[in-house]
Amino acid sequence: MQPTYEMAERQKALFGRSGSGEGEQEMEEETAETAVPNIMEKAFYFEQAGVGLSSDESFRVFMALKQLVEQQPIHTCRFWGKILGLSRSYLVAEVEFREGEEEAEEEEVEEMTEGGEGMEAHGEEEGDEDEDKATDVIPKPTWKPPPVIPKEDSRTGTNRYLYFVCNEPGRPWMRLPVTPIQIVQARKIRKFFTGYLDAPVISYPPFPGNEANYLRAQIARISAATHISPLGFYQFGEEEGDEEEEGGAGRDSYEENPDFEGIPVLELVDSMANWVHHTQHILPQGRCTWVNPLQKTEEEEELGEEEEKADEGVEEVEQEVGPPLLTPLSEDAEIMHMAPWTARLSCTLSPQYSVAVVRSNLWPGAYAYASGKKFENIYIGWGHKYSPENFNPSLPAPIQHEYPSGPDTIEMSDPTVEEEQALKAAQEQALAAAEEEEEDEEEDEDEDQDD
Amino acid sequence: MDAESLLLALELASGSGQGLSPDRRASLLTSLMLVKRDYRFDRVLFWGRILGLVADYYIAQGVSEDQLAPRKTLYSLNCMEWSLLPPATKEMETQTSVVKGRFMGDPSHEYEHTELQKVNEGEKVFEEEVVVQIKEETRLVSVIDQIDKAVAVIPRGALFKTPFGPINVNRTFEGLSLSEAKKLSSYFHFREPVELKNKTLLEKAELDPSLDFMDSLEHDIPKGSWSVQMERGNALVVLRSLLWPGLTFYHAPRTKNYGYIYVGTGEKNLDLPFML
Repeated sequence: MQPTYEMAERQKALFGRSGSGEGEQEMEEETAETAVPNIMEKAFYFEQAGVGLSSDESFRVFMALKQLVEQQPIHTCRFWGKILGLSRSYLVAEVEFREGEEEAEEEEVEEMTEGGEGMEAHGEEEGDEDEDKATDVIPKPTWKPPPVIPKEDSRTGTNRYLYFVCNEPGRPWMRLPVTPIQIVQARKIRKFFTGYLDAPVISYPPFPGNEANYLRAQIARISAATHISPLGFYQFGEEEGDEEEEGGAGRDSYEENPDFEGIPVLELVDSMANWVHHTQHILPQGRCTWVNPLQKTEEEEELGEEEEKADEGVEEVEQEVGPPLLTPLSEDAEIMHMAPWTARLSCTLSPQYSVAVVRSNLWPGAYAYASGKKFENIYIGWGHKYSPENFNPSLPAPIQHEYPSGPDTIEMSDPTVEEEQALKAAQEQALAAAEEEEEDEEEDEDEDQDD
Repeated sequence: MDAESLLLALELASGSGQGLSPDRRASLLTSLMLVKRDYRFDRVLFWGRILGLVADYYIAQGVSEDQLAPRKTLYSLNCMEWSLLPPATKEMETQTSVVKGRFMGDPSHEYEHTELQKVNEGEKVFEEEVVVQIKEETRLVSVIDQIDKAVAVIPRGALFKTPFGPINVNRTFEGLSLSEAKKLSSYFHFREPVELKNKTLLEKAELDPSLDFMDSLEHDIPKGSWSVQMERGNALVVLRSLLWPGLTFYHAPRTKNYGYIYVGTGEKNLDLPFML
């Protein structure tokens, strides 16, 4: 019975007020704007859609988020959703730190990422067939690890928000790190989450990291694919520069539109063009803004050179382009003749008061609602993409050549019996001919015959 | 889950994220009462919701006196008008096994499937492409039946068997204890036993014939296809099936509350062995 009471004690601590004394001042502070969103209101709307945790669970999540806000210097915070796991589940919070507070955290993050190393291919075997060579030259392996793609800057693209997870309200919140290569690998595997952040992810192709990285990679993919808002809620900021300077990669930022009037619910349900993605698409590289991995110059120069499409380096790497920010949902690709989104009114019996609910068919468990000027996204599910075909793990890589074949390493075929006999006959003939010629005092020459 | 304790049940099963909106709950409470009266069921269970592209199906099952007898399945699109579904047969299962993808949400929708069938024309035998039409209703029946046979769960001790035959609800069932609740062996498949006869005599000697007459979840293949979690501290046990994602079974230990609900797309997770 211990764990029950332990959990209840922890959750009781959530309900306690932080600090002591100064009751009135605290009240005033708390009624001012806090970073914690109104979870109960969003839970109410999601309940209308038939999604979400029960109301007391939502309240506990609210208290837990409040605790997170007190512990970390947070500017904005949002309840992202819940990812189910085998032994435990994860509650995920999406936060944005206050400006300048991030440097201390970055170092911690780097230490954590070093723990997950990338796997290298099998080492090359050394082989030299000729034993006569005095010095063996070890052939150098020709395989080079692909260049490491640098992480995106914080507050841009996939790193726009930071993610914290906890298993249950009352437990401590942990921060999740990620690198672009992990997102690329996460696309190729399909594994359930166990619920323990340090569990290894055993898969082929090997995932470079543990469950915390895999979780963060999936969160990044889900956010990029399913975070939507009604058309017009967000708009692009003022012109910050020419589009050419940004390398045609599209605008990075958006801001809230103060003049947003709200779209009638019926229109939101009718047409998918009334919803837009407000997160950037993740390129095959694993980032949102493309980086040429072969160049080591600063990012600004890279962007300029991308325009000219210069051929530098051994391989020509093509620029990867994704759909620009704020694209409407009607442009999303279909999955096997199936629309990627399903929109409904939450209640057909009372259309005047219902909310518009949009459900993703590509990521089952992703929902969004909009009503008047309010909208919200949430994800509750296992954390996997829907694919109509079965999952095919990638095949192992072809076996590499051990060493480049050259004249000294190539295998010589042994002579056949006929060849040997022909050679022997020819040699005997030569020997007999030579003996006939040498009746004088010439010395016989010994001939070494190598058979 | 039992229609009588619907609200509590939905609250307890909400950990998986899917539930019902208040208007659906209200309509379910009313209509299930009427269904029970009209069809003369002993108990009505709200089975769950299958998400389709255009509309969702709400499924209910009616149980007669004998708990393990085949249950009657009804479906509705708006939680008010219920239609009876035909019982599932083997042919339906083979027929619908070729259909893949999501449910449309329209019961009269027909899936087209081209098959190569051998046609005898006189003396010649050649293969012809035949387009077979499969109705969505058939697919619905078959999927519900498969889910029931594979993952419907009941805790040990909730039903008991008498020598006369019928299986009754055990009114003295007070819930599983905490240590029992965490083990998969204390949960049974809610269907006719399939593997019970394959047990060795030693194992059978330990069983109680009045309580252990169904297959337990312990030996399900693949191993690990159930996720057991405790929520709210240890106050609630939740079993989620990984083979049919969307099936949630909840039980509050030491109380009589238990039930299962399926809210999902109605597709089997065939990638399970890769994902564990």
